[in-house]
Amino acid sequence: MKIDLTRIKAYGDTLHDGAVQLSFTLPVPAGDEAREAARQLALRMGLEAPAVTEMADLGAGFSFFVIYGRCPHSVDYTAIKIPKQQHRVMTLKEVNALIRERLGRKVVVVAACTGTDAHTVGIDAIMNMKGYAGEYGLERYPEMAAYNLGSQMPNAELLAKAAAYGADAVLVSQVVTQKNIHLENLTELVELAEAEGIRDRVLLIAGGPRISHELAVELGFDAGFGPGTLPNQVASFIVTELLRRRRQ
Amino acid sequence: MESKLNLDRAKIDGCRRAAAAAAGRLHSWINNYTTTTIERASARLLGVDGVDAAGVPLPNVLVEKLKQAGLLDRGLVPWMARAVLATGKEAREIAEAVAAGKVDVSAIPACPEARWRELADSMADGAAEKIAARREERQKMLGRAARPQKPYLYVIVATGNIYEDAVQARAAALQGADIIAVIRHTGQSLLDYVPYGPTTEGFGGTYATQENFSIVRRVLDEAGRETGRYIRLVNYCSGLCMPEIAAMGALERLDMMLNDAMYGILFRDINMRRTFIDQHFSRIINAFAGIVINTGEDNYLTTADAFEQGHTVLASQFINEQLALRSGLREEQMGLGHAFEINPAMEDGLLMEIAQAQLCREIFPRAPLKFMPPTKHVTGDIFRAYLVNGMFNLVSVLTGQEIQLLGMLTEAIHTPYLSDRYLSIANARYIFNNARHLGEELLFREQGRIQTRAAYLLDQAYSLLQEIETIGLEAALEQGFFADIKRSRDGGKGLDGVVARHAAYYNPFPALFLDRAAAWGPEGGFLG
Repeated sequence: MKIDLTRIKAYGDTLHDGAVQLSFTLPVPAGDEAREAARQLALRMGLEAPAVTEMADLGAGFSFFVIYGRCPHSVDYTAIKIPKQQHRVMTLKEVNALIRERLGRKVVVVAACTGTDAHTVGIDAIMNMKGYAGEYGLERYPEMAAYNLGSQMPNAELLAKAAAYGADAVLVSQVVTQKNIHLENLTELVELAEAEGIRDRVLLIAGGPRISHELAVELGFDAGFGPGTLPNQVASFIVTELLRRRRQ
Repeated sequence: MESKLNLDRAKIDGCRRAAAAAAGRLHSWINNYTTTTIERASARLLGVDGVDAAGVPLPNVLVEKLKQAGLLDRGLVPWMARAVLATGKEAREIAEAVAAGKVDVSAIPACPEARWRELADSMADGAAEKIAARREERQKMLGRAARPQKPYLYVIVATGNIYEDAVQARAAALQGADIIAVIRHTGQSLLDYVPYGPTTEGFGGTYATQENFSIVRRVLDEAGRETGRYIRLVNYCSGLCMPEIAAMGALERLDMMLNDAMYGILFRDINMRRTFIDQHFSRIINAFAGIVINTGEDNYLTTADAFEQGHTVLASQFINEQLALRSGLREEQMGLGHAFEINPAMEDGLLMEIAQAQLCREIFPRAPLKFMPPTKHVTGDIFRAYLVNGMFNLVSVLTGQEIQLLGMLTEAIHTPYLSDRYLSIANARYIFNNARHLGEELLFREQGRIQTRAAYLLDQAYSLLQEIETIGLEAALEQGFFADIKRSRDGGKGLDGVVARHAAYYNPFPALFLDRAAAWGPEGGFLG
């Protein structure tokens, strides 16, 4: 099968069939009119031959739809450029050996969920001794001093603690994204760090389900890590970047 | 109930004894203290509500003034009784006058104890009557309503805007939800005051305010009338204002409260002394108001590993139970929490979930167990999430859980959409109905994987509780026994709100509510 990468389309069971599925709710009760409204909405999204395969009444004047259709659009896969972290991902052992041999001192990492965010699942996965998915967290790294400051940490306090510990890296997790509160929080941290003149002395790293490296860099962070990140990926970035900066 | 797990009764009794001893040690000092929020809750119970010109809640204004005047360690109620005697005004008017600077709290004249005490007790009786009326109202409504099959379907709404919450709560009720929680604004647990009035701006949830409680209560009562059911309303009696939220919930006829004895210490870094004192007072109110509490053991499993830390859930359930009994809660009011959080990639993980759920069921036979859905291992793959939630529902109906917090297929993505809630209810209904009596048909093999796992969890919990009995709960929390989190005795937020009681301290509410709660008939009507 020869795929033209300059014009890729969604795939159902035949190349270029453009098959997609979607579901949504309309603020009208289920019925023939609602079904037709859902079909027309799908048409206006650009779908060809949309089929409403399921309609359900959600009560209180709402209805839910499952729709299949064909999306006629294509994208040029070859023209896509995504900024990526360039460092090599190392194992726990490799990271610690590198710190011992090349840095000769402990790497200090502080981490927190900032602002009003109380969801520590992400930061715990990276920091806690146990780590995540079989990969030990930074607290387990003998050559790192890792401090998990927990949740609901004000940005100013986080930076004060980072300074007190002499942190090389500050990890910030943002899980709650309602009304883009995470963007405000992350931006404020960068601004505070700059105002206090410590921005150049620490690596600022953001993480969370809605965070990408690209977004984090755009907000002024050194790196960003999205869902599914393992502790050694973060550790590899920190030590690679510290060594790179030392060489400069 | 017949036992399917062949558990060692002596070990279960040993766990209860150890937990009771640990709870007893806390109670050797809890009643030597009060807190700012206990006194504010007392003010609320006496009818103090509203805010001053700067937007500060009147209970806070009053308690702050009493603290500055060095009067708080005698209790707010005696002062208020003297103020009523001296001015002839009502509690709320007096608080407003204090806030306006028209009354100096130090200037209220002394009077013979017998006089103020008689008034204080009669004011407390008045508050108790209001709460009793709400409880009786619930009993009546439950009596008229269809009785849903268990497990009850519990969903959350979390828009940040109480009016939007009301729309979503109504829709969820009409879709078949039995229990609806309005998730709280994510930072509220650390506010040392309760916001006032209806609110429309919250992140990750909506502020708990008395007016917000009342708005959703009304909507759910309407939806209940339309469908011939009674829809239970839940909020969060946790954080720095546990007692005040309990008072508000009792007055607005909430039905359930998240109300754990240790959650704030572990997950919000609230000072442990503050929390232990506050949880007792808040639970006394909940007990009297007929509210079912939900405990937060499920949180241990999202922070620590669910397979390795399963026994800490059981140990904590024993501690929550023993503390709750000391606050007048009945077993039927204890929605002890646990969760379906073992990594779905684990071989036989489902068997391990069944073992833990059945274990809770057999050890706490009268408690309306609260089962929490998978969250930690839920990704953006909504199809997998929907399937895992189905397995969670299957374990629940198989093991006789009662309060089923439904898993959302979009758990890792956003606060639930209307359709997410609909799909979760459809999932649970299908499985609960399709496997309704599966539990009655299945026994677990002697010494098989499920029995072995349950016995192991009980053993581990017993050792942990014995250690806690020896070193005390405070030391256990300092050493990170729960959720891998360590908390120091004098650390955390809110210690400045702890006040040692003066010998003349008086607060009529605890004894009054405990007595009256004990006098309720056995019908309870907590969950129906």
